[in-house]
Parts: sequence; structure tokens; C-alpha cells
Amino acid sequence: MRTQQTLVMFAIFVAITLVVTYWASGQSTTSRGFYAAHRKIGGLQNGWAIAGEYVSAATFLGITGLVAFYGFDGFMYSVGWLVGYLAVLFWIAEPLRNAGKYTLADLVSLRLRGRGVRATVALSTLAVTLIYLVAQMVGVSALVNLLLPRLGDVVPIVFVGALMLVYVIFGGMLATTWVQIIKAMLLLVSTLGLCLLILVKFHFSIGAFLSAASNVSVAGKATNLLQPGLLFHGPLGAWNLISLGLALVLGTAGLPHILMRFFTVPSAQAARTSVAWAMVLIGVFYLATSFMGLGAATLVGEEHIGPRLYAGQAIEYIAHHPDQAQQLNKQLARQDYIVPKEDSNLAAPLLAAKLGGSLLTAFVAAVAFATILAVVAGLTITASSAVAHDFWFSLIRNGRGSETEHLFVARSTAAVVGALAIALALALRTYNVAFLVGLAFAVAASANVPVIVLALMWRRFSRTGAIAGMLCGLLSSFALIALSPLAMGDRAIFPLENPGIVSIPIGLIAAIAGSLLFRDREAEQSFDQLQVRASTGLGAEV
Amino acid sequence: MIRPIEPGRWRELAAEPQFRALQRSRRRFVLPATLFFVAYYLALPISVGFFPETMSRPVAGPLTLAYCFGLSQFAMAWILLALYLRRARHFDVAAAQIREQETQELTRLVT
Repeated sequence: MRTQQTLVMFAIFVAITLVVTYWASGQSTTSRGFYAAHRKIGGLQNGWAIAGEYVSAATFLGITGLVAFYGFDGFMYSVGWLVGYLAVLFWIAEPLRNAGKYTLADLVSLRLRGRGVRATVALSTLAVTLIYLVAQMVGVSALVNLLLPRLGDVVPIVFVGALMLVYVIFGGMLATTWVQIIKAMLLLVSTLGLCLLILVKFHFSIGAFLSAASNVSVAGKATNLLQPGLLFHGPLGAWNLISLGLALVLGTAGLPHILMRFFTVPSAQAARTSVAWAMVLIGVFYLATSFMGLGAATLVGEEHIGPRLYAGQAIEYIAHHPDQAQQLNKQLARQDYIVPKEDSNLAAPLLAAKLGGSLLTAFVAAVAFATILAVVAGLTITASSAVAHDFWFSLIRNGRGSETEHLFVARSTAAVVGALAIALALALRTYNVAFLVGLAFAVAASANVPVIVLALMWRRFSRTGAIAGMLCGLLSSFALIALSPLAMGDRAIFPLENPGIVSIPIGLIAAIAGSLLFRDREAEQSFDQLQVRASTGLGAEV
Repeated sequence: MIRPIEPGRWRELAAEPQFRALQRSRRRFVLPATLFFVAYYLALPISVGFFPETMSRPVAGPLTLAYCFGLSQFAMAWILLALYLRRARHFDVAAAQIREQETQELTRLVT
């Protein structure tokens, strides 16, 4: 019954978005239309689209679940994700619109000419985007397992991948934008609706709600969810928090699929307006998820949210129920992954079931699918722009080649990237890939952000500096994640789960050292051009 | 018909007092604002990580100091956003003036 309802609602969403794609396909016949929607998206629309692009299923279901289990420590994630937009607002959005064209590499190569820089920026764009894309696609199978267990997990991954490709290939950026907008609206309606229902349960008394949240039973123990330290504790807890916080707050400004949205608006003012709207929407949304998480913890109860317990809680649980230890151990051993965190993802749908019955659950589940679909579409078009525009058009064809060829390559690479993501997601679907989103943020913060900021701010910044900074940021993030507890468990060589606190300084120092060691007169001269363009909009792409 | 800006011209534009003033006023807002928000934000994981007992103290009903500080980050972000939006209107005026002058100059060169 619930499966059918979910599928029907999801089908309605798909039908609407396909109509939008059909309408958009007529306008995606040039590279400017395909990558940048003719730069005609308004500030308000782009704000909704940024919110839609940013709030993935991982945040919608994941943060609600984390708050339901760990209270305040789960809420910490959303704080960093919102505050990170201040960096985008102050430093990135307007200069990017004024001085860029379609990709991050376009902005950087305005100053730092040469193939090496463009190739490195495109590589880093591709790395961040693909990691994020695979994380989202694997999420599809986790989500299907949780919400629609009868469907299996191969069919949904292939279906979501194929549908995303239809949006991107036929509708380009215009269709992708409207898919994001529609999805963001649905998401906001469902979260605010759930919050309202929670308030009704507590007779509109925030005080009663908070008192309930401060005394919840977790693993048989009374727990105050409003208190910090439930997820991050122990001697390294503080450092884990700080490292994660740094990556979250700086990483947002280096996510290529967010940055690409600023090329779709007509002016720097519109870019600014869109960040403003995005910050309002995303802030409201995160406050709502925190509310939902606490609501799920108080109303649904942990025995339903987490049928299989977290590793840490399991140990505690075994300590209290030694008779069940053997069975629990067997259960944990059966799962291939290190920490079965996916279980907490059920918090939001279960809350919906409790508050509104099967119809509301189906709606929330359908919204979760729509969310994944929209986010993967945005990621795919970004990855395709790095391959088609940066590698093929700018590096291999040296900027020559017709519009038809450019578009053909863009669409083909979208297809290849999509197929690759589907294949990777199928291969990795039984593994825990929670670390992938953290890795994407760490790479964005360590490789992309230092280079963008230095290119815009520092006259001495050189080609060598840019390449060194990006490669060091990229490689150190990968290496540290590979050595971290997320990949190596108890035998970890690097003790922190997020590499940010080490890899961000590495990226920044490498970029500065490379520039100081190898001067670049041409880049120093073109600094004037970038500065004037970025600040005044003279010569901006139209 | 407008001529594209020549490479050497950018340097002159960057040296103009009007442009320097725009850059200065932009930086005067953006630099302190960035330092402030990064410090205010990092104060949250640092205080929560190193002083969990203090931060667990309930201050507004059952709401703990940590949660209040976390919620205040939302207010901080929105307030800085509003301040920047107000300030940015002046930047827009200055940028538009520079753009206009240069466009006139380029048109004059063509005719």
C-alpha cells in the first residue's frame, strides 16, 4: 500500500519534471543555454535552485536521523552548512558571476593562463563532483532498502540514473534548475508540515517539546538530546568537531555544483540576491530538520528508529543486556559496513508515519527520491561541464570547434558520467559510503577554496602556486581519509574522521609556497584585469 | 558597437582612484565580517568540544547553552547577510559608475 502510494506520488513528480524538461529542451541548443540557461534565471529562482541543489537526501534524512539519535551534535552539522554560505556571499558569488563563464576553471584561467592550471582545476572539479555523485547514487539503494524494500536495489539505481540523464541531456541547465526549484518547494512543504504536526502533538508548547527532548530514552538510558557530546566525545571528540566544522564552513564555497549556479543569473546583483534567498531557505530548512529530529526522538522512540543499533550504542546495549550479546554481535557481523548509520535515516519517514499515517509517509518518501534525483542531475551537468568545456573544448580543441560539436560533447560526457555513476553506485551499494560526502567537502575546502580566494585577492599568486595548492589539497584529503578511522577502523593511522584541520592548511600553504618560489609575471599583470572585472562587472559574460 | 577593453587598459582602470575607493570600501566590510563569522563559528565546536560541562548547562528552560549558541549562529548568519545586502547597494552604485564611464569611453573611441 505504502509502496504504491510512494510510487504514485513520485510518478507525479517525474511527470511534471519531464514536462519541464520537454519545454527546456527547445532552449538548450547552444552551450550558453546548456551550461548556463542563457543566464536568464532570476535571483529568487536561483536562490530556490541553490537550496534545492544543496539540501541532499543525506541532509534531509541524515540530519533528521543524527539529531534524533545524537541531538545537539547532529545539529552541529547544519550550523556549519548554513554559516558556510557567508563565505560564498562575501567572497565568491559576485566575482564568480562577473569574471567567470561556465566553469570554475574559466575563472581561474582568466588570470593563470596555461593548460596545466585549467587541467588541474577541471580535475579537482571532477573529483569533488564525482565523489558527491557516487555518494548520492549509493544513497538511492540505501533509501530504497529502507522505504520500499520490495523493489530491490538494482532497478531503482538504474532508473534514477537514467531519469537524471534525461533531464540533463535534453533539458540542460534550464531543466536542471527547475527540477531543483520544484524539489526544494516540495521539501520545504513536507518539512514545515511535519514540524507543524509535531507542534500540534505538543499543543503548540515549545517548552513541553523541549522538556520532552531533554529526557529521551536512548539504549535504555535517559538522555538529554539538547546537551552536547553524544556523538563527539572522548579525547579526540573536540578535534573531530573542529576539523569537521572547518571543512563544512569552508567547503561550501568550493563545491563546483553550487558555484556553477552563479553562471545562470544575469548579473552580480542577481547572484547576490540568490545567495540571500538560499540562506533564508536553507536556514529555515535546517531549523526544521533539527526540530523534526527531536520530534522523531520524542514521538517515535529509539526502538523504532534504529532497529539495528549503532556500533557505539550496541556496546553500551550489550553491557546492559548481556544475554542478548551473542545475537546482536551476529547481527552486526552480518553487515559489511563499519557503522550501520543508514538506520538513522528512517527517522523522518517514521515520524511522518506516526503523525500522518501512510499517505504522509509516502509523500515524505517520494520527496526523498525527488531530492536525490534533483541533486544528481545538478552534479552530472557540473561534471560534464568540466570534461566537455574544460578538457575537450579548451584543452584538446584549443577553444576551436563548432557549437554543435561543443553541445554534442557536453551531452555525451553527461551520458558517460551518468553511466559511470550508475556503475559505481551498483558496485558500492552494499558499502557504507558516509565518508564520501565528508571527503567531497574536505577536497572542496582544501583544493578549491584556497585557489579561488588567492586568485581573486593576491597579485603574487602564480600558476605553480595554483597547481601545487590544488594537487596538495586534493591528495592530502584523499590520503588522510584513507588513513582515518572511517576507512581503517580501530587501526587508523590518522585519528580524525575529517581531514579538514590538516588538509586545508596543506592546500593553502602549498599554494602560497608555490607562488613565492616561482614568480609568474604574466599572472601578476592579469591580476588587474581579474580584479576590475570581478569587482565592477566590466567585460562580464552576458 | 563597443570595442572590447584592451589588455593595457585594465591596468589603468585598476589604478583609478574611483576603483581603489570601491575596493577599499568593499574590503573594509568583507575582511572584518569574515574574521568575525569564522571566529564566532569556530567558537562553537571549540567551546562544545573543550568545555562540555559548561555548555550543557540549561539556560532557557531546558535549552542548553550549547543549543542557544548553535541557534544564535543562525541569527548571526542572517544579520551579517542583511548588513551585507544593505552595504552592497553602495558597491553597486560605484561599480555602475565605473562601468558607465568606461563604456562611454569605448564608444567615443569607436566613433
